[in-house]
Amino acid sequence: MEQFFTQLTNGLAVGGIYALIALGYTMVYGVLKLINFAHGDLFSIGAYLGLTLLVSLGLTTHVGGVVGLLLLAVMVMGLVGVIGILLDRAAYKPLRTSPRLSAVVSALGASIVFSNTLMLVYGPGLKVYPHGLLPSQVLYIFGLPVPVMRIIILATSLVLMIGLYVFIQKTRTGTAIRAAAIDQDAARLMGINVDRVIMLVFFIGPALGGAAGLMVGLHYGQISFSMGWIYGLKAFTAAILGGIGNIPGAMLGGLLLGVIESMGAAYISNAWKDAIAFFVLILILIVRPTGLLGERVAEKI
Amino acid sequence: MSFNGNKIRIGIYMAIAVCWLTAPFFLNNYQTDVLNNIAIYAMLGLSLNIILGYGGMFHMGHAAFFAVGAYTTAIINTTYGIPVLWLLPLSGLAAGLFAMVIARPIIHLRGDYLLIVTIGMVEIVRIALVNNVFGITGGANGIFGISSPQVFGYPINGIVNPGHYFYLLTAFLAFTITVFYLLEHSRFGRALKYLCSDSVAAEGSGIDTSGYKLWAFVIGAFWAGMVGTLYAGKITFISPESFSFWESVVMFMIVILGGAGSIPGVLLGAFLIIGLPELFQELQQYRLLIFGIALVAMMIFRPQGILAPQPHTYPIDKIDEKPDDREVAR
Repeated sequence: MEQFFTQLTNGLAVGGIYALIALGYTMVYGVLKLINFAHGDLFSIGAYLGLTLLVSLGLTTHVGGVVGLLLLAVMVMGLVGVIGILLDRAAYKPLRTSPRLSAVVSALGASIVFSNTLMLVYGPGLKVYPHGLLPSQVLYIFGLPVPVMRIIILATSLVLMIGLYVFIQKTRTGTAIRAAAIDQDAARLMGINVDRVIMLVFFIGPALGGAAGLMVGLHYGQISFSMGWIYGLKAFTAAILGGIGNIPGAMLGGLLLGVIESMGAAYISNAWKDAIAFFVLILILIVRPTGLLGERVAEKI
Repeated sequence: MSFNGNKIRIGIYMAIAVCWLTAPFFLNNYQTDVLNNIAIYAMLGLSLNIILGYGGMFHMGHAAFFAVGAYTTAIINTTYGIPVLWLLPLSGLAAGLFAMVIARPIIHLRGDYLLIVTIGMVEIVRIALVNNVFGITGGANGIFGISSPQVFGYPINGIVNPGHYFYLLTAFLAFTITVFYLLEHSRFGRALKYLCSDSVAAEGSGIDTSGYKLWAFVIGAFWAGMVGTLYAGKITFISPESFSFWESVVMFMIVILGGAGSIPGVLLGAFLIIGLPELFQELQQYRLLIFGIALVAMMIFRPQGILAPQPHTYPIDKIDEKPDDREVAR
């Protein structure tokens, strides 16, 4: 029981991170019908930028832990968001009218560029985050241990997700994003600036991914330049699992995948941990390609 | 005009072939080994070209088929001592069978989803190899002591004497080019290109689109499996690291940058991606960065690749003179 509970909280914390990254995939897919393969690398850029800012500015020592981390998160999200917009300008915008698969190849190229730039700038080895920024105490709920760090990770991702959901559902800009996702031409005729919407999507998605990168750095303590691929693929699996293009689906898929993965690692085999997500991916695409709450992805043949 | 152009092109191909065949006499062992790698990746690129170039299916797990072939060879050769070259067809069959099982359920997926599923497949294969599946793959260390191939009792060692292995690979490369050239101009090749450019029209003309797609996968995998044998015989030891996802990316880039669906394009791609970095050793660490930028720029400025496939031409005067057509008309 205690192991089950430990794996559950672990899975939910990791799942929250997957969900944050998955939101970036799903939002870009919703508006452009494009799988942004470079999104996983934007996530690692967030982790590295977070480390650089943390070490060079010393925010947490100047203004106190909590305020410092919040400021850091805002800065990382802003910077990664801007990189996302630049990525769209350089690699995707010239290909809006090309066949969709050209944009996919371009995305792959952008991903290679990002991960190798990180490697050249920071070196190929692992980088270590400073210790003790998040509390390492353990809470006991009904006698079961819950590390406070996991609660903070999960709570932060839930707050960001709910914030995004409210923004998309309740504001005028959010309505414009939803309209552009349904029909770009009709949205344009209704006076919506679709280019602005795409820019916004390429800001919000990478910003959330960057926040996830920072959280991984703070939670696990070490980051590598190539981790973007594996997190990206898993988050993409989460987006498919929930139904791509669907924002609540990405949240559900992320949390579910995190739990499945950590349960699988504990009860089936730890050595196969990384393969579990891919089995889930293949299974869901074969059995229910629409995902749990989403649109159709298989070709009609 | 076009006749003249053809003559020039054939002249260029002959000159390149002569340069290629005489190259080992002017190069040292290391440089010859680079040529061997170019030949191996050229063959892998050509086998992927069937799936990605003609079939238009975004397949990024080709390293998995390559791995199945190489491991089949390594396991059987080290356990039963069967000579490496005898295992060529068997390794091909193993990879082809694997492809048939894997591709059957995923073949109908839309392009970008197929891409991500094949990435998942190659990662699962790599993890399975690392975890020593069935206790026969040797885990993360791989398999050592694969014997070198022998031709008519004459051993060809790829490490001590890359020049000898070069001619073995070149012979197989020539065979590969011939087979894929014939395949491209066969009914099968035409059907694949047709369903790639317009699958609904192809289906309407009576082409079994999913059947042809599946066979493209199986043939591509079969060939990659055989190349796996040649690779295992060349370096005599294999480990999961040789078949990572990045290997698939390299093969993918060879086809896309060189020219999807064009045999000269794929050969050029293999030379550019495997050979060119060796000429600029000091830029080695920027290799992938430059390839990434090249992929983005290529999609924007020349999405069909450097040497795009030429549309097939049917000389109209020859068609008119066909006697059987007149028979039918009468």
